[in-house]
Amino acid sequence: MAKKRVMIVGGGLAGLAAAMKLAELGIDVDMMSLTPVKRSHSVCAQGGINACNDQTRQLGDTEWKHFDDTVYGGDFLQHQPPVKEMTDWAPKVIDLMDRLGVTFNRTTEGFIDRRRFGGTLYKRTAFAGATTGQQLLYALDEQVRRWESEGKVKKYEFWDFLGPILDENGNCRGCVGQDLVSMEIRSFPADAVILGTGGCGLIYGRSTMSMVCTGSAASRAFQVGAKYGNGECIQVHPTAIPGADKLRLMSESARGEGGRVWVPRTPHDPRDPKSIPEAERYYFLEERYPEYGNLVPRDIATREIFDICVNEGLSVEAGRQCVYLDLTHIDAPELTRKLGGILAIYEKFQGVDPRFTPMKIFPAVHYSMGGLWADYERTTAGGLVLDSPQNQATNIPNLYAIGECDYQYHGANRLGANSLLSCIFSGLIVAPGIETLFASQKGAAADLDKSLFSNAVKKHQSDHDALLKRPAGKENPYLIHQELGDVMTKAATVVRRNDQLEAAYSTVMDLHERAKKCSLSDTGNWTNQNVVFTKALLDMFPLAKAIVKGALQRDECRGAHYKPAFEMPSLKAEDPEGRRREAEQWCDRFDANTDKWLKSTIATWNGNEPDITYEDVDTSLITPRPRLYGLVGAEVIEEVWNERQAKKQAAKGDQGNGASKPAIAGAAS
Amino acid sequence: MADTSQNAQRTPDSFEVRILRQGGPGQNSYWERHRVKHEQDMNVISVLQNIAANAQTVDGKAVAPVAWDCNCLEEVCGACTMVVNGRTRQACTALVDRLLEDNPKEIELQPMTKFPVLRDLMVDRSRLFRSLQKVKAWVPVDGYYDMGVGPKQTREQQEVAYPLSECMSCGCCLEACPQYTKVELTQRDDESDADFQERKNAAYDSAFIGAAAISQAVLFNAHPTGKNIAGERLDALMDEGGIQVCGNAQNCVAVCPKEIPLTTSIAKVGRQTTLHAIKKWFDR
Repeated sequence: MAKKRVMIVGGGLAGLAAAMKLAELGIDVDMMSLTPVKRSHSVCAQGGINACNDQTRQLGDTEWKHFDDTVYGGDFLQHQPPVKEMTDWAPKVIDLMDRLGVTFNRTTEGFIDRRRFGGTLYKRTAFAGATTGQQLLYALDEQVRRWESEGKVKKYEFWDFLGPILDENGNCRGCVGQDLVSMEIRSFPADAVILGTGGCGLIYGRSTMSMVCTGSAASRAFQVGAKYGNGECIQVHPTAIPGADKLRLMSESARGEGGRVWVPRTPHDPRDPKSIPEAERYYFLEERYPEYGNLVPRDIATREIFDICVNEGLSVEAGRQCVYLDLTHIDAPELTRKLGGILAIYEKFQGVDPRFTPMKIFPAVHYSMGGLWADYERTTAGGLVLDSPQNQATNIPNLYAIGECDYQYHGANRLGANSLLSCIFSGLIVAPGIETLFASQKGAAADLDKSLFSNAVKKHQSDHDALLKRPAGKENPYLIHQELGDVMTKAATVVRRNDQLEAAYSTVMDLHERAKKCSLSDTGNWTNQNVVFTKALLDMFPLAKAIVKGALQRDECRGAHYKPAFEMPSLKAEDPEGRRREAEQWCDRFDANTDKWLKSTIATWNGNEPDITYEDVDTSLITPRPRLYGLVGAEVIEEVWNERQAKKQAAKGDQGNGASKPAIAGAAS
Repeated sequence: MADTSQNAQRTPDSFEVRILRQGGPGQNSYWERHRVKHEQDMNVISVLQNIAANAQTVDGKAVAPVAWDCNCLEEVCGACTMVVNGRTRQACTALVDRLLEDNPKEIELQPMTKFPVLRDLMVDRSRLFRSLQKVKAWVPVDGYYDMGVGPKQTREQQEVAYPLSECMSCGCCLEACPQYTKVELTQRDDESDADFQERKNAAYDSAFIGAAAISQAVLFNAHPTGKNIAGERLDALMDEGGIQVCGNAQNCVAVCPKEIPLTTSIAKVGRQTTLHAIKKWFDR
């Protein structure tokens, strides 16, 4: 009998963590990736990785508070047990990565240094210069290379995952892959397939994501029956550098060091920005949020920059949307000392020195909180059963999802420096579950009837051949991709309106039909990037539809999903009694909205469109509470809210589950 | 704004790109010219995206899109290395306006010359990753269970290690090295994939290992746990294709996009191997 094997698709942080842990458990691993795994998108993460630590602990921090910040930041749209387990493990994850040789910045005494990130009051974030993701990825890549040299891991780099292979009972028995160089299509029998294939930013055309982040692998699982959760929850970062090929991140620290965001009051003012007088500049964040100014939380900054360009037409340039992020009023040597690294990135790519010329920035799609639905098995205490084969399992038996491509950890909004943690954690935790799965399985996939595999290959081969034989002169896949990116960016990013979403949905449907008529400019069978891109493009549509339909149906504001028509109002009354009455009504409305909408969007593919159902969220550990940032009357609402919670608590008897915690105004990510 | 408008006057509406193409391994290479419309903020990646979308030469002949490798487009993944206007570098940070300032006539793109061409600008750099196996570029931990904190390290240690660990395996240092020569093998008809891989590995292992892997050996030999197998790394670097092949041209450090002190690393390994050889002689 053949030995059981696991196929891991994707070699970023999550996939590599799973590979190394599985190898340690004595399980043989195949690993398939579009790119050499050392070049995976995880390298782009800059800021750091969060964990409660010895120092913050003495200032009152706990794993529970990290857990609380994460679910509060995510607007409670994530099942709490996996998040609790992740934050409990976070300090151990940092210890492990430290042992693996990650060059974390050090304090003078030699401890791992920490910095503070959004959405928390504690300095939890460990970092390695401005390339933390790269450093973490390399440490895991090195361990996997070690196992590779011992023959325990076999890599298939420059291979495209074409889809899982399901047997007649719907169990996953392996997958089909295509060699991107020779174009050979072959099957890989596997007793479990793990997808760690990252986000789907390319659906939006240009984003902060890498070129492999098409979402095609997740889509290919979705199209054969895997459920997709909270697709509409897409994080948009406020400050990115527009580029012709990609939108590159400009860190929040530029504003932290005094950077000011503005636009000329005259639309598309052609003058040199430094010659525009103060009176003719609109510092819109400072004017609209006098208290927080340029340092409003991410989602608000994003919305305002978007609004000023899209709705008010005040973009700096006519042909392109952008605002100024201005550091030129700060002493140049000081800028070099504090922000040297990120300013060098801007200069390298824009050819302009931001110490002397204001930067041009615009929000960019950055992270997908949603993804493939994944299961977990909870303990009575509210954590995870660590060796359960349910953890990270999709609804297709033996098919797993980890990292950014699962929907599990970040709810409706991700906190900065939590993604590296969720990727490594989900990769580590999936391994013992698969060990348990294998112990209960009879036989190995490699011993199954060969026709299961040859038929799957045949199907993909004939699809591939048909694509190559398309008549010339029809639609151009690259141009359709641009159109898709434009419609998605316009309707399904920062501000969402139902009329726009409805129109976008029908445009996406039309584009999908047009994409099916694409002609290829390369009909050869050797390193044909044209056909690989066209396949990825076709697979963007099911996810694009799930994103738009999920957004259309979710009539509320939650985390990154912002629909002004359903925004909770500020209080209007001036007198204390009136305010109090409004606050009571506000809390009633909040409770009613929670009952109706605190549910995960679950999309299933019907062959042409996603069908949407809703799943209750396990909020048994921390009671959902309102995010009150920037709301008039927040203090009265908080007072009413706390009184009500105290009453409920007294009625139940104190269960110490954190429900009595005050709503922390302004602690949004 | 003044700057950009001056640029706009200097740069034409469109420009020519000359690309060295090759259909596949063993095939003849040829030059092909494309005309690309000038846009704001272009880099060589967006030029190639543009060429892929139009797929037409300067004479209007329909051709297959140019194949090339890229991923992050932020110069941290190392994928898009190629030879741009005669210089090995990443395509993503090769800005069109800067290139046209140097040579307004055209931009010239070629694949790296030290690695086998797969197609057009795509090369096979698997040798580079093989060399990381050869020097055991990893920390030999016992396992991945929770064993508490890692070894304490000083800020100075981190400041020496961090630049070395920024190496993204892009291959620029190897492309520029006179001693690093191309190893290109062809699979025999009767040879299995596994046998071919083994033959390739043997060929890679005996050819010069190059600056990138030597520098990784320095990184791990300095790590408190990594140094436990420093001797094995030095053995590998004293083997055929090891540090003795280095001709001290110092091109590697000049072309490294991350400004990694590669020649310092080579000097360090030189000293370490000498001491290691003496120690081995005494330990006999």
